[in-house]
Amino acid sequence: MTAPSASPGQAERAAISRNYRPPGAVVIEIENVTKLYKMGEEIVHALRGVSLNVSRNEYLAIMGPSGSGKSTLMNMLGCLDTPTSGKYHFSGKNVSTMTDDELADIRNREIGFVFQTFNLLPRSTSLANVELPLIYAGLSPGIRRERAEQALRDVGLGERMMHKPNELSGGQRQRVAIARALVNRPSIILADEPTGNLDSRTGEEIMQLLEDLYEQGNTIIVVTHEEDIARHARRVVRLRDGLIESDARQA
Amino acid sequence: MKRLLYEFTESFRIAWTQIRANKMRSLLTALGVIIGIVAVTLMGTAIRGIDTGFQNSLALLGDDVLYIQKWPWGPVEDWWNYANRPVIKTRNADEINRIIGNTPNSLLEVAVPVSGRGSTIKVGDARVSNVYTIGTSADYAKLSAADYREGRLFNDSESTAGTAVCVLGCDVADALSPTRSIIDQTVYIDGHPFRVVGVFAKQGEFLGLFSFDNQAVLPLAAFSKYFSTKQNAELRVKVRDKTRMTEAKEELAGAMRRARGQLPGERDNFSINEQEAIRAQLDPIKKGIAFAGLFITGLSLFVGAIGIMNITFVSVKERTKEIGTRKALGARRLSILLQFLIEAVSICLIGGVVGMIVAYSLFAVVRSGAPNFPVEFSPDLVVVSMMVSIVTGIVSGFAPAWGASRLDPVVALRYE
Repeated sequence: MTAPSASPGQAERAAISRNYRPPGAVVIEIENVTKLYKMGEEIVHALRGVSLNVSRNEYLAIMGPSGSGKSTLMNMLGCLDTPTSGKYHFSGKNVSTMTDDELADIRNREIGFVFQTFNLLPRSTSLANVELPLIYAGLSPGIRRERAEQALRDVGLGERMMHKPNELSGGQRQRVAIARALVNRPSIILADEPTGNLDSRTGEEIMQLLEDLYEQGNTIIVVTHEEDIARHARRVVRLRDGLIESDARQA
Repeated sequence: MKRLLYEFTESFRIAWTQIRANKMRSLLTALGVIIGIVAVTLMGTAIRGIDTGFQNSLALLGDDVLYIQKWPWGPVEDWWNYANRPVIKTRNADEINRIIGNTPNSLLEVAVPVSGRGSTIKVGDARVSNVYTIGTSADYAKLSAADYREGRLFNDSESTAGTAVCVLGCDVADALSPTRSIIDQTVYIDGHPFRVVGVFAKQGEFLGLFSFDNQAVLPLAAFSKYFSTKQNAELRVKVRDKTRMTEAKEELAGAMRRARGQLPGERDNFSINEQEAIRAQLDPIKKGIAFAGLFITGLSLFVGAIGIMNITFVSVKERTKEIGTRKALGARRLSILLQFLIEAVSICLIGGVVGMIVAYSLFAVVRSGAPNFPVEFSPDLVVVSMMVSIVTGIVSGFAPAWGASRLDPVVALRYE
């Protein structure tokens, strides 16, 4: 927590230093992970043995056609799901054996989600939407408000705090969602087709925002099937039939 | 701990937004609870009213008075064993009083003979028939906790002399002389003139069967002289310490046996009655009424609860994606459970409050329209029905809320 007397600039620096680990410190360690689903009688191998490391301040895109296991991998990375076999360590903690509530706490503290459909609460203001993760983190109303306002200003929505989602444009809604993802200062931001419901120009703005967040030191994982979007990332992981097909860095 | 508090307030905020967003639906659902609460509350006031009626009636008999009579209160199967018992006479009271006087540390205070019959009382053109007229001693004052609206009871000398004076129940007094005080007027009891020395304050009815305000009390000697020479009576015996009723009863049985000269081993040829006997008989009836009444009205509340459960299931279904989002943002199972439970409880509480207001209005209407109708409203009824509302909400909201809390976040997020 920042000291009450700190100016916004200092608060920001303090926030960054709290989560600061040298680039290269491993955040996500996935080793030979598999996932089986039962679809009626049929058993689906969504992941057949995936190994992947993600370090702090990486900008990663996960690509693949539908059925490649891309969504399953994303759910796994987001701690929404646990692997059938294999190891998953998040910041050194073994996630594969955690209970539902422990996973919820990891998601709350470590992961910021950005969804294709924004997933904002329709009847709550931007501010209330952004405060939501902080409620589950158990922060007091004053701190919640302060942090949520800051996050909204950071995404350029300082003037839209009391607006409800239906009073905002698509791009603004996604900005609120990104503010919500940022507000608890997570280790990674996990964006699932973040521009899928936006026109290309707005999409480009959102990608620019993610770029800025990356520049500020955040770790970003984008799941997409669009090459244009993946081009923003510094590293692209391609999946096919539940296996990693390629894992390449790009400029 | 703090986190739970914040989640609580958040849940109430969400519940309120939801209820406002679905006004019609919430209203209709709450209506089920409203009807349930109104039914249960009104039944509660009725049961309480009946209970108070019972208590008041029993209090009229006096909780520290034993009645010696030929027949016991309550049903008897072997009536032939009672029918041949000797009649209790007024002189038995004197005998018992003598025995009490000779017993050190007696638990009994005084025995009062009471003979009674129905009479017609007239003053001028006004007449009241079927007045329960009793003859008794001046010790009657020690039995009856009743106050006097005017005047007094006859005194010892009037009692001994058999002076023609009487004390009237307030209903009799009002019927005979509605406009002015009846004190010192002469009334004709079955044709015999009596001077009125007192009027009792209002006492009420005994179980709606017998009115204590429809009495006339005369000195026993006067009663015997004009109305009955047989000296038949019942005895009312005041007990010093009402916490030792059982011992007092035994002592009185002994005294009465001595007065009657009964032999050891002989069965008592009289009955000692007390208000407890009536209470013992009435209690099961009262409980039966209460149970049946609450059960039947409880059914309507149950229907309301089913409505709440249904609407909570619908709400969970509609907001599956929201549940997924909340879980992704870090909501634990308990958070989701609380959210939907609080929503169900909030609707129930609204129903409960409105139901309470409706019930109270109905009660007020009944009270003003029919003052004698046995209903009674009390603050603890409010507390009880609020508790009932909350419990209803928790019970009926639990299954859907539990289901919501166990949803797989992946599945919930995919739900459209």
